[in-house]
Amino acid sequence: MEIIMIVLAGILFGFAVYNILQKRLLRIIIGTALLSHAAHLFILTMGKLKRGAAPVLREGTENYTDPLPQALILTSIVISFGVTSLLLVLAYRAVKTNGTDNMEELRGNNHD
Amino acid sequence: MIFAILMPFIIAMCIPFIARFKTKIHTGYAVFATALSIFIYFLTLLVSGDTDIFYRYSWIPSLGLDLTFYTDGLALFFALLISGIGALVAFYSVHYLSKKERLGHFYVYLLLFMGAMLGIVTSDNIYALYTFWELTSVSSFLLISFWFTRKASTDGAMKSLLITVLGGFSLLGGLVLLQIVTGSTSIRTILTEGSLILSSDWFPLIIVLLLLAACTKSAQFPFHIWLPDAMEAPTPVSAYLHSATMVKAGLFLLLRFTPVFRESESFFIAVSIIGLLTLFWGSYMAVRQTDLKGILAYSTISQLGMIMSMIGYGTEAALFAAMFHILNHATFKGSLFMAVGIIDHETGTRNINKLGGLWKLMPVTGIISVLASFSMAGVPLPILNGFLSKEEFFTSSWELAQTRTFSTGFADVLMHVVPYAAVAGSIFTFVYSMYFFFGTFTGKRDKDTAEKAHDPNFGMLISPILLVCGVVIISIFPNWFSHHLLHPAANAVYGEAMKEHHIKFWHGLEPALVMSLVVVILGIAFYLTRKYWAGLYQILPGKLSGNAIYRGLLTLSEKQTKTVNDRLVNGSLRQYNMVIISVISVVTLAILFGTNAFDLTNIDVSPVSLPGSLPELAVALIMVTAAFGTTVSEKKLTAIIILGVVGYGLSILFVLFRAPDLALTQLSIETITVVLFLLCFRHLPEMERDRKEKVSKKVTNIIIAAACGLMMTLVGLAAYSQRLFPSISDYFVKYSYKLGGGDNIVNVILVDFRGLDTLFEITVLAIAALGIYSLIKLRHKGGDR
Repeated sequence: MEIIMIVLAGILFGFAVYNILQKRLLRIIIGTALLSHAAHLFILTMGKLKRGAAPVLREGTENYTDPLPQALILTSIVISFGVTSLLLVLAYRAVKTNGTDNMEELRGNNHD
Repeated sequence: MIFAILMPFIIAMCIPFIARFKTKIHTGYAVFATALSIFIYFLTLLVSGDTDIFYRYSWIPSLGLDLTFYTDGLALFFALLISGIGALVAFYSVHYLSKKERLGHFYVYLLLFMGAMLGIVTSDNIYALYTFWELTSVSSFLLISFWFTRKASTDGAMKSLLITVLGGFSLLGGLVLLQIVTGSTSIRTILTEGSLILSSDWFPLIIVLLLLAACTKSAQFPFHIWLPDAMEAPTPVSAYLHSATMVKAGLFLLLRFTPVFRESESFFIAVSIIGLLTLFWGSYMAVRQTDLKGILAYSTISQLGMIMSMIGYGTEAALFAAMFHILNHATFKGSLFMAVGIIDHETGTRNINKLGGLWKLMPVTGIISVLASFSMAGVPLPILNGFLSKEEFFTSSWELAQTRTFSTGFADVLMHVVPYAAVAGSIFTFVYSMYFFFGTFTGKRDKDTAEKAHDPNFGMLISPILLVCGVVIISIFPNWFSHHLLHPAANAVYGEAMKEHHIKFWHGLEPALVMSLVVVILGIAFYLTRKYWAGLYQILPGKLSGNAIYRGLLTLSEKQTKTVNDRLVNGSLRQYNMVIISVISVVTLAILFGTNAFDLTNIDVSPVSLPGSLPELAVALIMVTAAFGTTVSEKKLTAIIILGVVGYGLSILFVLFRAPDLALTQLSIETITVVLFLLCFRHLPEMERDRKEKVSKKVTNIIIAAACGLMMTLVGLAAYSQRLFPSISDYFVKYSYKLGGGDNIVNVILVDFRGLDTLFEITVLAIAALGIYSLIKLRHKGGDR
């Protein structure tokens, strides 16, 4: 199961990178969101999957799934939400100001 | 001791406050007092004979990094020179720099330099030595560019910095190699490992690197080109840094390691040749200068070359003579620089063609100059110390063939050529000394410049007069200096006790005297007939001068940097991402395959069974399809919604993999994100596909994306299959209730064990929120389009 999930994370990374390499701002933002999904899945897999109960202590249960990756991911989900929303507003502002969301047209000039 | 070395730095910190009162009292007096008290401190050490003082402060013992100072004869000799000349220069500068200048800056730099220089000569730790070494380069740079509105100043400062920092870099390399060979960072330990260093494979490289450092710092051919341009600095700085002390740091470095190197033949060959070549080249170039400071700059180069060659000889007599000449050079060259400063101050020019006949107008300056320049020339008079040390130089050159034996033929030949080269180089020294003095003080007066010229006020004259008194006193009582100062220093350089040297004015009719006379006679002849030789001075260096090469390299590197920079930083986001991602992917893949990082034989995975695992597989399939969909969808609404599908899929996976907290968070966050996307989406243009997009571009994107995906998959497999360390997770499971008082382990980790992380996470969110708020409220000057 872990191997399948690692491959799945890899595929998600691939699509994320493909999106990031596009020139439309919205697509790039979608790419970064996809990238964080892939990373979360990746981290979760590293802690081994399905080895015991959910990490909430209960009488009589000995084995729990690894709680550490979950804690890390929980932080990461919130942070990536912050990043995504900031990027979205940045895109909104860029489009309002420049009239385009094409990154190839937003290159500035040599003297900037 | 530690206080004496750190004192310049401490006072430097106070200078900005002292400089506020510069209208009442000149800031230079504070520096003068500092230097003088350091000088007196080291003098008491010298007089009490209590030389080997040692101070140690351990910083990172495991890396061999500590601050260790010690004074042996050599360190004490240099420390006295630095603080003594420093005091005189500070006093001189009080009268040289008007109160309108940025005195605070000037004296901070000067003290920084003084402290760094004291650090160089007293450091025992090689890395402390290196740090102080670089600090002198930096302070020299700041002082040369003191008048930073002049282009020549900044250019000269840049040049000196580039060249000396190049040397500093190679010094670091050499020192690291020394540490590798000897296993120690202490100079005193390294010096006891002489045979180990000489026999190591690294030895040639060590010699090359240290020589490069010494040659750039001490302005040896062909790195001398920075020194003449450094003359743009205020004259006190030229007198202090660029003739008496900093340029001798290179010599000091070689002297420090001479106990190890002096036996080596390659050291003899390299250092002697560089030294003699510089001696000749510097004095030859000095004759064609018209700027008084230019003459002195090339003369300094030439004199440093002479000392260098004596270090190369490595014999008792030569090393003693080297120490003697370092002392003498500081006295006569320091006073000459100050005299030039006075002339510049009074007449407003340093161009020798515009000067002349100043003897009657400025008698005191004239006397200072005649004594100092004749001493530099080596005129045989019993009151000129320059003659005594030049005599020692000739003696050691002549006796070299009798005292040393070499195995290679080349060194053997060189040894016999040395005396002739020494004489040839010294002839021009004589010529430029005469040219300097007679060109300025005799001959016709220039109407424009000489009108108002007169000796300056007494304060400005004190320092050069004291230095010239030094010239005379040293030559009258050379053996007092020899016994107390030079002998201990030369002993430290030689590495073993040498017999005490007796300096005499009259040796009898010896080869050295003959050589001196040849120099004087030919020198006079050359000087008197110099009009006929004028063409000779124009032949070299032609187009191949060091300056042309320096400029060529500089423009070339600027051009290349610009080309590379323009190509990499071209404003295209896609290109940046492409470069970053492909480099990471290629390097990681290469390392993974290179180290054979996969061992899937006994990998510990949870079993996949049908139909038990069907939910996971189905979700995975949906996620892949949806992710693919985001890349091809042309409607932005579609893209946003199928991105949501991936997110919800992930939260289902979290549920399946027993991570309830994650699933809850992911679900709510995903919902908010989709809502946010939909809010913004109205304002973003449609993502219709660019039909004209090149196929090659698309293929590149696909390749890079695939490589990145493959790389992450393989990293995952490699990381999963090989666990190098036990996980810390068991600790959290075990102590969650005991220490955190909570059943939900994930929660306890977040708010208790890793509480600070969460705090910062919230901070990041707050910053993002502030950013979002201001971006929405922001109104661009031009308004929205």
